[in-house]
Amino acid sequence: MSLRSRFLLPARVWMALFFAAPMAIVLSYSFLTRGEYGGVEQPWTVENFIRLADPIYLSILWRSIWIAGLSTALCALLGFPLALFISRSGRRRNLYLQLVLLPFWTSFLVRTYAWLFILRDTGLVNTVLMRLNIIATPMQLLYNDRAVLLGLVCNFLPFFVLPMYATLERLDPALLEAAADLGARPFATLRRVIIPVSAPGFVAGSVLVFIPCLGAYLTPDLLGGGKTVMLGNLVQNQFTTARDWPFGSAASLVLMLASALLLASLMRSRMARELT
Amino acid sequence: MKRKALGIYSAFVLAFLHAPLLILIVFSFNSSRFTVWEGFSFRWYRAAMNDPQLADGLMNSLIIAVVAALLSTLIGTLAAYGIWRQRSVILSGSLYLSLVTPEIVTGVSLLALFQWSFRFLHMRLGLHTVVISHIAFSIAYVAIVISARLRNYDRSLEEAAMDLGASEWHAFSRVTLPSLAPAIAAAGLLALVVSFDDYVITSLVAGVDSETLPMVIYAMARRGVSPVVNAVSALIVVAFGAIILLSQRLQEK
Repeated sequence: MSLRSRFLLPARVWMALFFAAPMAIVLSYSFLTRGEYGGVEQPWTVENFIRLADPIYLSILWRSIWIAGLSTALCALLGFPLALFISRSGRRRNLYLQLVLLPFWTSFLVRTYAWLFILRDTGLVNTVLMRLNIIATPMQLLYNDRAVLLGLVCNFLPFFVLPMYATLERLDPALLEAAADLGARPFATLRRVIIPVSAPGFVAGSVLVFIPCLGAYLTPDLLGGGKTVMLGNLVQNQFTTARDWPFGSAASLVLMLASALLLASLMRSRMARELT
Repeated sequence: MKRKALGIYSAFVLAFLHAPLLILIVFSFNSSRFTVWEGFSFRWYRAAMNDPQLADGLMNSLIIAVVAALLSTLIGTLAAYGIWRQRSVILSGSLYLSLVTPEIVTGVSLLALFQWSFRFLHMRLGLHTVVISHIAFSIAYVAIVISARLRNYDRSLEEAAMDLGASEWHAFSRVTLPSLAPAIAAAGLLALVVSFDDYVITSLVAGVDSETLPMVIYAMARRGVSPVVNAVSALIVVAFGAIILLSQRLQEK
């Protein structure tokens, strides 16, 4: 055995046992039947996948795609100008990049909880507005789609800003000068030079935000309450409260497949290659 | 004018990213139970220190994070080096896939695996199942940090060592490994944070006696307002921030 294969062995074994094997079990469960006491039994069936096409579950799927898409659009709206600003900040750019990255690494749970603290009935926003006599009774800010969107955008914005910045950083300043020399106004330069050139960053950033938003569980769970059910919550519910593992497995598989296909398309596209 | 507008907009976006955590930290020092500022106090920090549930959770989280970080750093470093020597499409593909797999899917699939294996093994969910799971998702993070360092590493250094008579192992351990040391430390710190912070996967594969700190915080947050959670959160934010800054410094070395 060569040194290299010996070095690869532990990772190969671990990923086979604790990543591939669990996925294989979920794959096989998704074609089995729920037992009387919540176990998994034969016969083999495609019933679980047919059930996913029920209007109730289709609406969950649709809602997940909608919320993830909207979050992605908002991240682009907030993230593109920020990335543009950072890429033109000269020596300060590293500092600004740190400022984008730091909250990303500081506890996902704590950041989501922070929104809970700000938005709840007795939270900061309601307390301040009531003290100022702007409102008499607390507004319901939590447990709706808007709260979930807020949480998702705040959590995943760095995923958009970083690839966007990587593209903009390589933007040749000569292009901008040329545009200006040819009489383009700043807005025309933005629309006809900067945005087309930064397309790879747009695509990479959007995919990197869309994937985790589509599979989000904790944010809709804490900020959406029971109301905003996304695919991730459906999976969790089937594996815990509902104890329908075959159906939960089928839903997991759909989620996993969607994420994998999105990643594959990103890695295949020439745009991604330009980034690395 | 245009530049100024862009700067103001960017400042707002950065504020949006940071405001929630800053507000939380400020209010963790509020002496009142309510969201009205009354005065500066360490009251909730003292309450947090004296909470047995939080102490148990912290202990469990520390044990899990340290063991998982050490092992995943070892496994991930070796894997990144192996992949650097010669591509391994299957391994790097599955590492990337493990990164984008939604946590909830990783969690239920590991739960399914453990429950299935318990038919043959006399075991239950506990700290060990959490550690196993955390290693599984941390390897990819470690491998990415080490790979990034290796990308700028000159291959001819090892070749030179071997031309001078060093074995493959010596070329690795005496030449490459020392220059990887800062990156390995950085990756280990990152793995520590990733493991310590995880709630979704942990909550599925933890046993009744292995509640971690995020699980305790989640339960408290669910139950309603408790400024104790603010204090614990503030401590986590500061500790994580310091570790991540240190990790980034090491990666730049």
